[in-house]
Amino acid sequence: MDLSLISLEVGVALLGLLILLIDLWTPEERKKHLGWLATGGLAAVFCYSFSTFDQGDAIINGYSKDALAVYFQGFFVMAAILVVLLTMSYAPRIRSGISELYALTCFALAGMTFAAGASSLVMLFAAVELITITFYVLTSFERHRLRSLESGIKYLILGAASSAIMVFGIALIYGSTGALDYHEINRAALASTEQPMQLLFQLGVIMVLSGLAFKLAAVPFQLWVPDVYQGAPTPVTAFLSSGSKAAGIVLMLRLLAEACPSLMDEEWLRQLLGLMAAATILYGSLCALRQRNLKRLLGYSSIASAGYVLLGLVVLNNTGAQAVLFYLAGYIFAVLAAFTVISVVSEESDDEDISILANLHQRSPLMAVALTLSIVSLAGIPPLAGFLGKFTLLRAVFEAMETIPGLPWIIGAAMIGVVISLYYYFGVIREIYWGTGRFWEEKKPSTEPLDCPRTAEIVLLMCLFGLIGLGLFPEPMLSLAGEATSNLFSASR
Amino acid sequence: MGLPLVMAIILALIPRENRSIFRYGTLAATFGSLLIAIYVFAQFENRLDEAKDEITFIEAAPLATQYGYIFTQRSDWIESLGISYHVGVDGIGVVMVLMAALVAFAAACCAREIQTRQKEFYILLLLMSGGILGAFMSLDLFLMYFLHELALVPTFIMIGVWGRGQNKEFAAYKITLYLSIGALLTLAGLILLYLHYKTFSLVEVLHAADIGNALTNDSQSLVFALLMFGLGILVSLWPFHTWAPIGYAAAPTATAMMHAGVIKKFGLFMLIKVALPVLPAGAQVWLPVLALLCLGNILYCGLVAMRQKDLNLLIGNSSVAHMGFVFLGIASATLIGLTGAVMVMVAHGLLAGLAFGLSGYLHQQTRTLDMEKIQGLLASMPFWGTLMIMALMAGCGLPGFANFAGELTVFFGAWETYPVITGIAMWSALVIGAVYMLRAIRKLLHGKKGETAPEVEDITSWQRLPYAILLTVLLLFGFYPRLITEKINQSEPTFRQATAVQPEETE
Repeated sequence: MDLSLISLEVGVALLGLLILLIDLWTPEERKKHLGWLATGGLAAVFCYSFSTFDQGDAIINGYSKDALAVYFQGFFVMAAILVVLLTMSYAPRIRSGISELYALTCFALAGMTFAAGASSLVMLFAAVELITITFYVLTSFERHRLRSLESGIKYLILGAASSAIMVFGIALIYGSTGALDYHEINRAALASTEQPMQLLFQLGVIMVLSGLAFKLAAVPFQLWVPDVYQGAPTPVTAFLSSGSKAAGIVLMLRLLAEACPSLMDEEWLRQLLGLMAAATILYGSLCALRQRNLKRLLGYSSIASAGYVLLGLVVLNNTGAQAVLFYLAGYIFAVLAAFTVISVVSEESDDEDISILANLHQRSPLMAVALTLSIVSLAGIPPLAGFLGKFTLLRAVFEAMETIPGLPWIIGAAMIGVVISLYYYFGVIREIYWGTGRFWEEKKPSTEPLDCPRTAEIVLLMCLFGLIGLGLFPEPMLSLAGEATSNLFSASR
Repeated sequence: MGLPLVMAIILALIPRENRSIFRYGTLAATFGSLLIAIYVFAQFENRLDEAKDEITFIEAAPLATQYGYIFTQRSDWIESLGISYHVGVDGIGVVMVLMAALVAFAAACCAREIQTRQKEFYILLLLMSGGILGAFMSLDLFLMYFLHELALVPTFIMIGVWGRGQNKEFAAYKITLYLSIGALLTLAGLILLYLHYKTFSLVEVLHAADIGNALTNDSQSLVFALLMFGLGILVSLWPFHTWAPIGYAAAPTATAMMHAGVIKKFGLFMLIKVALPVLPAGAQVWLPVLALLCLGNILYCGLVAMRQKDLNLLIGNSSVAHMGFVFLGIASATLIGLTGAVMVMVAHGLLAGLAFGLSGYLHQQTRTLDMEKIQGLLASMPFWGTLMIMALMAGCGLPGFANFAGELTVFFGAWETYPVITGIAMWSALVIGAVYMLRAIRKLLHGKKGETAPEVEDITSWQRLPYAILLTVLLLFGFYPRLITEKINQSEPTFRQATAVQPEETE
């Protein structure tokens, strides 16, 4: 086995171990600065990931290192860099072991990078578990806060249940096809003519997809989202909604494209995904309407976003996959910027009610602008990345409208979701610029300047750069995404 | 023409301490783009002749030139989606750009009332002006939509932050939701168009439609409906108009001037430029519906305007009513009707700018626009009063103003196709319009000064400039409409396609 193929993944895991080791010799007050080490290491990995981009596809047993994998690996590392920086600004609030937080982030990242290339069911399961188990620890990291513990336990129970479903699905697939590698599964599935075996295979695929939908937070596996998002430390929430979600998507994409070409002509697969997409969008948008807690609000909005991503999967072709990849690229910058601002602002009052944003435009223009732009991007309004993401998704779906019955209804639901989401996104912007605090409190909201930690500032500037850059000059990213997906759905046919 | 946008970025980098620089920078940028617009307007025919020679002598003239677009610029933007940065003007575009630049400059002049957070306000105003100027010039459907949204979004924030009155928040919400739905429907229509033609380039789509590559009748009527209702919401087509009066009443002066005067015209512009020429079969199905709905604009909103006590609500409702004439012109799909529609668009843009500018000045003086409270202003504000009378008179279609010329042309054009609707529209335009405008004049200017009448000062010296410019141009186009009709008629390729299909059902 050629180790150089997985050097990036191994590098990330080693970085985590290295941080734990160095931690032993670092005095307590300087541990926070280990974050710079993590950032530097990840940045090096990020640069390295570009050098592997043109090497062409390489497939070793159950693990492929193709353009799609590299695209997502770059994406995950980028998200992790931003999250580590955010964690550094969050450090004063962590009472126990800040360096473990960095290390665990690296381990979760390692799981994600493995997920990007997983092309066998074993690899898929191992990657998912590496991510999920790390997140059990991460979500309950603030042990002194009841909410954090609660979120950890909720995530643990529901995550374990979804893993169980997934393992069952894997067993069914293995039982019906006798293979674990995607390509072998595909061959066996195409060859099989027995009706019962095919049924078992289909059932297995549905169960694995359900397990992944849990990561994605798609209806009906979304119940954990608001509580876990609210309770977990904010950097962890940010990573959960960017990295973990994207990991679910890449696993789903690869599973559908490489293991299930035999199901491509089946009507029910598209209908199932479409129904899920529509339900997810509507659920997320409607629940967010009356939400006042910012982290829960973003949790619901991330459910809705998962729905749009599923919309791109419904069409099951390369255009749809390309749109999904581009949408995600714009999405992480928006989400990370929003969580960074919330993390900084909520520190002062130890509160996450939407009214803490009042007067933010006076207190910290940078944060106000960053949050505004990220919200505008999430709402899908030009000229930011989110608009082009939704635009490419809609284009992909419209293109397939004539071939898939029922799609107009799903598009209609998505459009309604967009309109509903404008209402609650607008509520956030209203609070920033002309909010008056809580009406039941006599106290006027503060107008004192609010300091933004240096590292959080870096995150915000990077996110703004990404949001505006992707919005105005999307061509390079679109072509990268196009390259990554160019032979995804056609190759295995 | 990207001048305002560049200036917006420059101003964003300047710290907020230098207060005056934002105002003067904005004025300079809008004035600069006004000068360029005048230059383009003046040079239009010369350049067009050159371009025509080019077509005659050179076989492979660019497609844009063949369709009457000059001053074109093109560079690729998002190649993989067939989107390019492609701008240029034709006859319709050039008059719209001139109007937009005029109103933008006037709006910048009238923004003096803004005392808080000036930096943000002027940046947003510049974004608005630059975006909408660009939208009128773009030859790429995606760019057009993109720039229009860029101009639209500041409206919401401006109303929310600097708006006035009790229900500014409600108004901001309402206008955001309505206009976003409209934009979304339009986007859906555009994507469907794109999927058929595989390009967003306006001229390539026009060319393809010209040589017979049209959508099937069913999808044409679907796309046309999406565009008509989507753009209709943006233009306040009855019964989707309710956002407009409330929004304008709550908006700060400059925003109301820009939105009512210029941005709202974009939907009509796009209907004429895109929907009619590309989707003749769809137009055939939906234009009679549009004609009926526009009656709703003219009659219903005219009647609503009669009952208004607030000056801004009155102007807002009357501006919705005026949109009815443009819709009627479009629905007629005749050369005369469309020419008239564009004329009304230009005239109403200037008029709305003038009227909202004046009412904004009054609000600045008196802090209220309730016509029961402020009466008999002519004596104390002769200049303001005279202008107001003129604006209101122009609003009810008095000959001599550009509005009269435009509305008359619309009626000529629409008479053949919809005699009944045109008849009702004419009657109501004259009577209802005259009633509310005259009532407003009587109360506001000639009425008895109440005991609670606030102290007011007339507009002085330099502040008169923006109003004077708008009124002068309005009169100029009114007495000499050929100035714009000649330009408009140069867009013959668009018109040829737009009028190719007459609605079959005549009443």
